[in-house]
Amino acid sequence: MATFSSTVTTTDPVVKDPKTGRGSGGTRPPVPGGGGGDRGGNGSSDHGERLRRTRLGLIVGLVASTMVFVSFTSVYVMRRGLPTLDDRTGGYVRDWLQVSLPTTLLLVNTFLLLLSSITVELARRQITRQAALAPVRSIPGVSIGKEPNFPWLGITVVLGLAFLTGQWMAWRELGNRGFYLATSPSSSMIYVLTGAHALHLAGGLLVLLYAGATALRHKAVEDRRIVVDVTAWYWHFMALVWLYIFALLEFVR
Amino acid sequence: MVAQDAHDDSHRHAVHAHAAPTSFIRKYIFSLDHKVIGLQYYFLALTAVFVGMFLSLLMRIHMVWPGAVLPLIGEIKPETYLSLLTMHGTIMVFFVLTTAPQGGFGNYFLPIQIGAPDMAFPVLNMLSFWTTFIAFVVILAAFFVTGGAPLHGWTGYAPLSALPSAGPGQQLGADLWITSIAIFCVASLMGALNFITTVLDLRAKGMTMMRMPLTVWSWFITAILGLLAFGVLLSAGILLLLDRNLGTSFYVPLVVVNGQIMGHKGGSPLLWQHLFWFFGHPEVYIAILPGMGVASQLLSTFSRKPIFGYKAMVYALMGIGFLGFMVWGHHMFMSGMSPYSAFAFSIMTMAIGVPSAIKTFNWLGTIRGGRVRFQTPMLYAIGFVSLFVSGGLSGPFLAQPVLDIPLHDTAFVVGHFHLIMGVAAIFGMFAGTYYWFPKMFGRMMDEKWGRVHFFLTLAGTYAIFMPMHYLGMAGQPRRYSQFTELAYLQHLIPLNKFITYAAILTISAQFIFVINLFWSMFKGPKASDNPWEATTLEWTTATPPPHDNFGGKTPVVYRGPYEYSVPGAPKDYVMQNDPATYPTH
Repeated sequence: MATFSSTVTTTDPVVKDPKTGRGSGGTRPPVPGGGGGDRGGNGSSDHGERLRRTRLGLIVGLVASTMVFVSFTSVYVMRRGLPTLDDRTGGYVRDWLQVSLPTTLLLVNTFLLLLSSITVELARRQITRQAALAPVRSIPGVSIGKEPNFPWLGITVVLGLAFLTGQWMAWRELGNRGFYLATSPSSSMIYVLTGAHALHLAGGLLVLLYAGATALRHKAVEDRRIVVDVTAWYWHFMALVWLYIFALLEFVR
Repeated sequence: MVAQDAHDDSHRHAVHAHAAPTSFIRKYIFSLDHKVIGLQYYFLALTAVFVGMFLSLLMRIHMVWPGAVLPLIGEIKPETYLSLLTMHGTIMVFFVLTTAPQGGFGNYFLPIQIGAPDMAFPVLNMLSFWTTFIAFVVILAAFFVTGGAPLHGWTGYAPLSALPSAGPGQQLGADLWITSIAIFCVASLMGALNFITTVLDLRAKGMTMMRMPLTVWSWFITAILGLLAFGVLLSAGILLLLDRNLGTSFYVPLVVVNGQIMGHKGGSPLLWQHLFWFFGHPEVYIAILPGMGVASQLLSTFSRKPIFGYKAMVYALMGIGFLGFMVWGHHMFMSGMSPYSAFAFSIMTMAIGVPSAIKTFNWLGTIRGGRVRFQTPMLYAIGFVSLFVSGGLSGPFLAQPVLDIPLHDTAFVVGHFHLIMGVAAIFGMFAGTYYWFPKMFGRMMDEKWGRVHFFLTLAGTYAIFMPMHYLGMAGQPRRYSQFTELAYLQHLIPLNKFITYAAILTISAQFIFVINLFWSMFKGPKASDNPWEATTLEWTTATPPPHDNFGGKTPVVYRGPYEYSVPGAPKDYVMQNDPATYPTH
């Protein structure tokens, strides 16, 4: 930074009003923090930067994901209010059937998912601590005691799989009650919303499994930390999306 | 005094994640380098544009000579005409207008212009391209399946698109079409994510948001539009696939096809229209905004003047992007929507005229009084402005529900959107190609043939699309496979023939461009690092740029992107990484 400012002062006499052309911004002193600053390129060895960048990418990606659920919601609301022509009577009727949800099962699933959100958070904090201590640990002769290494990640994967199994059971139960995908627009939307959510979660599970697999292959803890951190935030978001979907299906029948 | 690139010692070197690959496959096919990926997008779009152009040629021939038997193709049947229409629109909109300006030029030059060594997520970038490629293959496959390509137009209106029994192309062809669009949505979302993160996080030191070239701003805003729009189309497409294949009724009401009651009931075709146009209108800006960025960049560079009203240009881009999400209903005035909704959509649509006019007048203000260099890229930038104005002025007509209802299904609309969305965006691409070719390939394109190509294309496209406004007002319908027998259109046949001749000429002229492109790639005169004497960062690095763009030196930015004719400066341009200050007079 020191050399940075000296470059400016040694170039030319100080200019009073360095505005030049219209709207071009003119010559101003460089703004050190304005742009990316000191950030290196992608894959810079600085893990903090890469973590921040990946988190930013996640937020941007979640916006896209949100738009998918927003679209489905608007279809849900609009389709719910539409009357349909009855081919027998010739009059308009409502074809949006009230679906009796397997609420108890869904509450169990919700509990499992929220529990997995807690365990993935514990996994995230654990690996954050490990990553922070990794440089210290690498100093020869330094011993900082045994760091807990509880398999929170594995527990999260098991809970996530349990949730997905529970959702599958809920679909089976809906089928038993006579509500299939094409039975009514209400049942179609239930399958679409829960299906889209389940797909998102399955993607998250795959990434968690990948993080676990790379741990076995002794990948640097800082690299695994980025994967686990971002997936944990994704997981929390998907838990929120599930609460939203559940509330929508339960209260806007 | 000018101490460019002198800061490599004072800053930590950017560490590039991936060393320059050596094998052919890693270097040119599954490359992680944004420059190679940009070129891959570019050549994909170049292939697609020739496919799309060929389809339009067949359509034009069929329109004026309906019974003609073409070699290898035979006679074009009415359903074939609708397939051509659908595939022309889809390929052009998705695989040309969305792919080349953003995926091609954006990928290649956005990281360099902000001083980054690559995109934020190179692997995602590669996946994004190859997903787009798969989408292209899937859509081309629709030509070769039983029943052929779909007939439902690029808008895929339900119930036509939702019923496999609605026509020959509506069977497997339509499924492939929807699948291709869904895959394309995923690819575009990955691309948008990458662009946004890169702009927000990878700018070089000193590259503030308000020092970014307007090209970067336009790619950034385009990426935001894509991020918000493509997810909606993806959702809509999934529901359409469910309607087609699994018996749901989102878009299909109780319908009878050929005396047979379909299984659906209660769905709303309007639901599809809303979702489609909520994507579809921002898509128009996804196609045109990068062209605006290139035009701004070039008009300033070749007029040797700062861009007129840089901040206004940025805010106008944001304004267009924002309003672009509020106006989808103006595509649906025909749907029988409430006049109150139509009024709201109409007002919002005309409001877009304000930022558009800001841009146009700023472009004109930029040229005014400049020492204009009329080289080929500049000609195309001026051509872009011309087409943007000509195509844009019919917009306020169509924004009025009372005028839109008689004009909507006529050739007037065809003329309007081809000028502003099709040809203007294509001119943006041509401008970009002629401008950045030296940086991409290290050689200059031929100037003389560039001009010939420009004047033929400008005259040709105006000759094609301007008369369509007249045809539309005279009542010539669009999407009809055959209208030559209609008595009230007889006097329009000569004009239609004129349009077809103009189309043949214009399409032929494009071969000048392709030959120039490939010839110059190998035989063109060697280009210097900064042949146009421009100021942005891509012109500070070697030609073509090294693998990490700046050869290990991280650029530092000291000034805005359009510092031309700065008083007291030794040259009439000051590079963005020039730390000197100049006394004003």
